[in-house]
Amino acid sequence: MKHTLSVLVQNESGVLSSLSELFSGRGYNIESLTVAPTIDNEYSRVTIVTSGDEKVIEQICKQLHRLIYTLKVAEIFPENSVTRELVLLKVTAKDEDRSEILRIAEIFEAKIVDVSPKTYTLQIVGDQSKVQSIIELLRPVGIKEIVRSGLVAITKESQFMVNGK
Amino acid sequence: MAESECMTKAQEAEKSEPMLGARILLECLKKEGVDEIFGYPGGVVLHIYDELYKCDFIKHYLVRHEQAAIHAAEGYARATGKVGVAITTSGPGATNAITGIANAYLDGYPIVVITGQVSVDLIGNDAFQEADIVGITRSCCKHNYLVKDLKDLPRIVKEAFHIAKTGKPGPVVIDLPKNITTAKMKFKYPEKLDLPGYNPTYEGHPRQILNALKLLYDAKKPVIISGGGVVAAGASQEITELARYLHIPVANTLMGIGTFPADDRLSLGMLGMHGNYWANLAVSNCDVLLAVGTRFNDRITGCLKKFCPDAKVIHIDIDPCSISKNVPVDIPIVGDAKKILSAMLIQAQKKEHQINVELKDKWFAQIDEWRSKRAMLTVKSDKIAPQTVIQKIYDITKDIEPIICTEVGQHQMWTAQLYKFNKPRQFLTSGGLGTMGFGFPAAVGAAVAKKDKVVIDIAGDGSIQMNIQELMTCVDYNLNVKVFIINNGYLGMVRQWQEKMYNKHYSQTHISSPDYVKLAEAYGALGIRVEREEDIEPAIRKAIEHNGPVFVDFVVEPFEMVYPWVLAGDPIDKVLLSNTNTDEE
Repeated sequence: MKHTLSVLVQNESGVLSSLSELFSGRGYNIESLTVAPTIDNEYSRVTIVTSGDEKVIEQICKQLHRLIYTLKVAEIFPENSVTRELVLLKVTAKDEDRSEILRIAEIFEAKIVDVSPKTYTLQIVGDQSKVQSIIELLRPVGIKEIVRSGLVAITKESQFMVNGK
Repeated sequence: MAESECMTKAQEAEKSEPMLGARILLECLKKEGVDEIFGYPGGVVLHIYDELYKCDFIKHYLVRHEQAAIHAAEGYARATGKVGVAITTSGPGATNAITGIANAYLDGYPIVVITGQVSVDLIGNDAFQEADIVGITRSCCKHNYLVKDLKDLPRIVKEAFHIAKTGKPGPVVIDLPKNITTAKMKFKYPEKLDLPGYNPTYEGHPRQILNALKLLYDAKKPVIISGGGVVAAGASQEITELARYLHIPVANTLMGIGTFPADDRLSLGMLGMHGNYWANLAVSNCDVLLAVGTRFNDRITGCLKKFCPDAKVIHIDIDPCSISKNVPVDIPIVGDAKKILSAMLIQAQKKEHQINVELKDKWFAQIDEWRSKRAMLTVKSDKIAPQTVIQKIYDITKDIEPIICTEVGQHQMWTAQLYKFNKPRQFLTSGGLGTMGFGFPAAVGAAVAKKDKVVIDIAGDGSIQMNIQELMTCVDYNLNVKVFIINNGYLGMVRQWQEKMYNKHYSQTHISSPDYVKLAEAYGALGIRVEREEDIEPAIRKAIEHNGPVFVDFVVEPFEMVYPWVLAGDPIDKVLLSNTNTDEE
């Protein structure tokens, strides 16, 4: 079972390695990991996609929190968050496939960011299911290269606000 | 008088002048109340050692190997509760420190280790004696720092001491590049800490405390497990009072030995792989378990699935990670054991709830029945039984309350079983990492910390050879360390496993020793050999009375085994009491 964790850390050198070493040292999986400064440059937001049962995820959260530079650890649940990944896909574009590739790109609102006589490079932004779908659809055409940003996530504000609360 | 006033003013004026980074380090240590450190000099820490040479407020103890410096600092911390400090040079000096750092990390004792580093502009160049010590120690210390700018040094030292001794204590490493020690600035020690990500919880949740008490009041068969966290929290008085007030028997983990008086009627002694039969049975059959300051290590729980299967578990620990890591917990209470236990005691003493003493008496009667089952000697021999030596050490020294260190192996378990400790910080042993070679340097640290105490290292012939060089340190400073070697010619604990589980294939466990008497004499210490039972007592007495370090070589029966014994992976109520008797209740 996949879980997405959002971790707020102090922007100190070595933070990322202590974080990733925690995962390798304790035998936890990292599916993806992204890190970038928040609006305040002193802090960074780390988004980790990991897997494990409830007990393992609980341990991961506690262990992450134990690191001195960690301020906040929160699990992000799909029902109350927006998640996005950016993917760059270089596909083989034979003459007979070119229009089909463009059609798929259009359906998924993908951008063509590079064109060559033999390839197209597509940029797709979406949640994990959208990304997975376009990859599967383009696989028969021939994917030459794929680069993924890893997932980023943000929680949704409550949609039903009661008198400004 | 006027002269000395002048001096202080002059000294203060000097302090407001720019100082070398090396001097600033020592001033920081002074601010933290450090007056004794352990270490070994080398290239990149020369400026620090030059300042130590001129400094009259810190005494430096020169060891013979950096690993020993770290263990000594930990021994110092264990004996006193203060933060131990060690210093090494870069590269090999720092990598030699790793085992010591990992040992303090697993057992949770506060030390600050200062490792030298090559100058900042050389880092990453594979410079002479360069090692990425921040990278190497990351997974075996509580926190670490690389000082990149002298202006950060005072803040880092202050944070390091704070982190080392608060929360679950542990080692903090400060990697200090040479150019930081040679740079100059005015010294000012920060007054406040700014660690937004580090806020250990101290107060237990009041509702959880009430819930826990309710469970304990109504329990028919309750047990308390007291672990190393009780030592760290200084909560042995609180746990003792609570147990006595609620009439609950107490088992100790290896690290928790001494937190509950061993001679108390409620004491079950040690539980776990080599714990008492009755302690293991009581824990396995209890209906409510109050565990304090233990992480439920596999040596305590045996087969996890069968660990106290019918019990409601209350777990008090300052480290949230320990809770429900191994054993599922019904009532977790995160916080400082001392605060939580005294809150529980105050609440209990309000007498809002009747304690059913009759029910508890029934439980004690059951436990007393189990108490009749004891481990037996396994070998009939005309040689000395190792257990006899430990027993005699106890009989002779119990009144002077020495500090007892051990190495790791059979002798360690026999000591844990047979020496009855009534106070914490009296038994210093490597429980988590299981470091052979820990005890002797830890004894050095303890002897420095407690100069009025006799410090004993009970060692095996294998373990003692791992840091034997520290005998020179003991002789140099005339430390009152008595090393009692239980010499059976084998790596006894490993041999014991080979005998039971590997068809007596004693692969590489037969180990020879030097002549310890001559060796001790060569170092300038007293050496005694004991081969007959009647010589044990006089030898121990002579060693204790001797002023200075002593090696006593007890030549014992090689094939004696440690019982009780729960084989790895078995539930802890499946206790072997001798080679032939298996008890499966």
